Amino acid sequence: MTQRSLKLIGAGSAVSLLALGAAQAAEDPISLTIVSWGGAYTQSQVRAYHEPWMELNPHVTIINDDGSANALAGLRAQSQAGNVTWDLVDMLPSDAQLACDEGIILPIDHDEMLAAAPDGTPASEDFLPGSLGECFIPQIVYSTVLTFRPGAFPEDNQPSSIADLFDTENFPGRRALQDRPGTNLEWALYADGVDPDDIYDVLATPEGQDRAFAKLDTIKDDIVFWTEGAQAPQLLADGEVVFATGYNGRMFDAIEVEGMEAEIIWDGQVVEWDGWVVPADGPNVDAVMEYLYFATDTQRLADQASFISYGPARASSAELVGEHADLGIDMNEHMPTAPENYFAPIVLDNDFWTDYGDELRERFANWMLQ
Amino acid sequence: MAQADAGGVPLETGRSGKPASEKRQKLVTADGTPLKRALQRAERRRVLAALLLVAPLLVFLLTVFIFPIGQMMWRSVDNPQVVNALPNTLQALQGWDGRELPDERVFAALRDDFLADAERPRREQTIGPLGIRLNYELSAARGAISRTARQVPQFEEPYKEAFLDAHRLWGDPALWRVIQREGRPLTMSYYVAALDREFDEFGNIVQRDENRRIYVSLYGRTLALSVGITFLCFLLGFPIAYYMSILPMRQANLLMICVLLPFWTSLLVRTTAWIVLLQQQGVVNTLLVSVGLIGDDNRLSLIYNMTGTIIAMTHILLPFMVLPLYSVMRTIPPSYMRAAKSLGATPTTAFRRVYFPQTLPGIGAGAVLVFIISIGYYITPALVGGQSGRMISNEIARHMQQSLNWGLAAALGTMLLVGVLVLYWLYQRLVGAESLKLG
Repeated sequence: MTQRSLKLIGAGSAVSLLALGAAQAAEDPISLTIVSWGGAYTQSQVRAYHEPWMELNPHVTIINDDGSANALAGLRAQSQAGNVTWDLVDMLPSDAQLACDEGIILPIDHDEMLAAAPDGTPASEDFLPGSLGECFIPQIVYSTVLTFRPGAFPEDNQPSSIADLFDTENFPGRRALQDRPGTNLEWALYADGVDPDDIYDVLATPEGQDRAFAKLDTIKDDIVFWTEGAQAPQLLADGEVVFATGYNGRMFDAIEVEGMEAEIIWDGQVVEWDGWVVPADGPNVDAVMEYLYFATDTQRLADQASFISYGPARASSAELVGEHADLGIDMNEHMPTAPENYFAPIVLDNDFWTDYGDELRERFANWMLQ
Repeated sequence: MAQADAGGVPLETGRSGKPASEKRQKLVTADGTPLKRALQRAERRRVLAALLLVAPLLVFLLTVFIFPIGQMMWRSVDNPQVVNALPNTLQALQGWDGRELPDERVFAALRDDFLADAERPRREQTIGPLGIRLNYELSAARGAISRTARQVPQFEEPYKEAFLDAHRLWGDPALWRVIQREGRPLTMSYYVAALDREFDEFGNIVQRDENRRIYVSLYGRTLALSVGITFLCFLLGFPIAYYMSILPMRQANLLMICVLLPFWTSLLVRTTAWIVLLQQQGVVNTLLVSVGLIGDDNRLSLIYNMTGTIIAMTHILLPFMVLPLYSVMRTIPPSYMRAAKSLGATPTTAFRRVYFPQTLPGIGAGAVLVFIISIGYYITPALVGGQSGRMISNEIARHMQQSLNWGLAAALGTMLLVGVLVLYWLYQRLVGAESLKLG
């Protein structure tokens, strides 16, 4: 090989290296598949997180997938097939813990991977106590609340507590409850006089379970069971039921946006987190981590609250919550975490439900079928 | 071979009186190959060509039908979790009597297994799946295992005490019995659970606590509902099909479109339409109230119960009954009925003895179709069935998608599959599959 040709090759590779550098500066287009719950909830994420992120990073396209209802099944199937197509998944902490135990989602170092609060508080202290999981980054606090139709009862006798749900004498009419034991058993005990803090201790004993089911028996003939989140407000709006349980965000949407005649009872609201997990072996882990750093910072979490009435999971976001983006009403009073709403919350115990869930679901299914 | 003999060879010359076989000449084709071989080759080529033609279908069936069903059946007995996670413990547990708590040796082996698991790469760790698996058999087992796993590295001798401190369940012989019982690569515990049974402390299979029995009664209900829906479809479909078969072609086609139209509408749309019609503030109830048939505070519960499931499913499955019935009735010449009547039969007798027996193949086909589809139905019961109108497929779907107990879902599904096959076999024995006629 001659000196000349070597030089040529050198020049050629220099040029191609340069070209490579230029391409990287412009960055290759990436599309991220983000799985969430669909409906108003996904919309709030699109407006608070996705759109601003895509504006900052024109090379990123975000594709929404409404698969969260079966997220754990999907993650497991993709992992077993060796073809992970989801980049980021919105799911409940109990499912996240299961997926984490199975090793199909990535563990999170919260202080390393997430932004600190504006005043410098590290993420692990800024997120609400107990909300962070080994593999789980919380976004919002949501709650399951009791709602009723004011028109169904005389004006001087309106329900105001969970105990009223079980009082068919003073508040006759059908009740729409979710067709699973969670929330229902907690409320049965709460209405039976158990202190919210003791509910799970009582429910872990066979006598406590009997007591909860006995309490549910008292209203069994008046129960209509719902399965999908959208059914509860629908049943209430159709006048099929006088009480309905539902997620507070959907109820807010139905009442404030759709104009449904209903009121929320915040007594005994069952509070839970919802948040992100990152599938192991996802196609764009680095890009997702960048997105997550942005989407879970203080401002972004506060922004989401202007589109849906779920409380931000960071303490530092609370003071930034403002008005609803379209309706212009103050969102603070609609947050599950607002002081005037958070007077008797039942904080959902995920450890309890992973331990006793299988058994109680069977018993509940049997009870429904009787 | 017989064919070649009969077809081509002059069997017998007979003139010389010698045995025919000696005289027989070998027949050959033009290029000298024996005819027998040439014929065989042609036959083989034909079979091969036929195989090639159906190959895409075979591959398709194999990959999307046979293979997944086989995999499902495999899942219902597959049980790798305990064997993978606790090899040392299982070894130490050998010969344990299942009564007293195991001794220190077993707990030391358990610690070894926990430590060995922590060394593995994350994706290959087995303790997480172990906890999930054991929790199906014993509540709180998952919590015991995951909480213990975090503490094991700090454990010091005696390990038995350390484990008992970490979680109370380690002091319960029931947990150890489950570990010993499920420490085999194959299990029947999913089938035991699917039959509303469980293992007692002596390892016998006993009925579950009364308030946890679900599946057997649900199978019974599914069967009863499917039979009922099939019968309703027959009652409603028979007159329609008959009427269509005697109408002139043009009007029959119009009616046919009416039958098929709902068929072309989305299942969800049809189901939600029933919700609008049947709910307590819905069209039917409001109509009945305004006519005065029922009182305003006495509205009928037509939906979110078994009635809702029956009404909606009968409507959805009706075309599956009407179409085979119609195609069979169309071929029955009207002259048979006329002949019967002219021979003195009353219209009822003529119908009963001449017309009806000829429609049986259509009834059989329609009934089998409707029955088998309805036994596996789950969207409609989930939406309009409430608690009393649920079927076994709703439970299977729940275990597939929510509780993620795929082993139990597979066992329930396999039992449903076997049940349907047994029913079909019975049908074949009693009625004969050749009497099925779809068109």
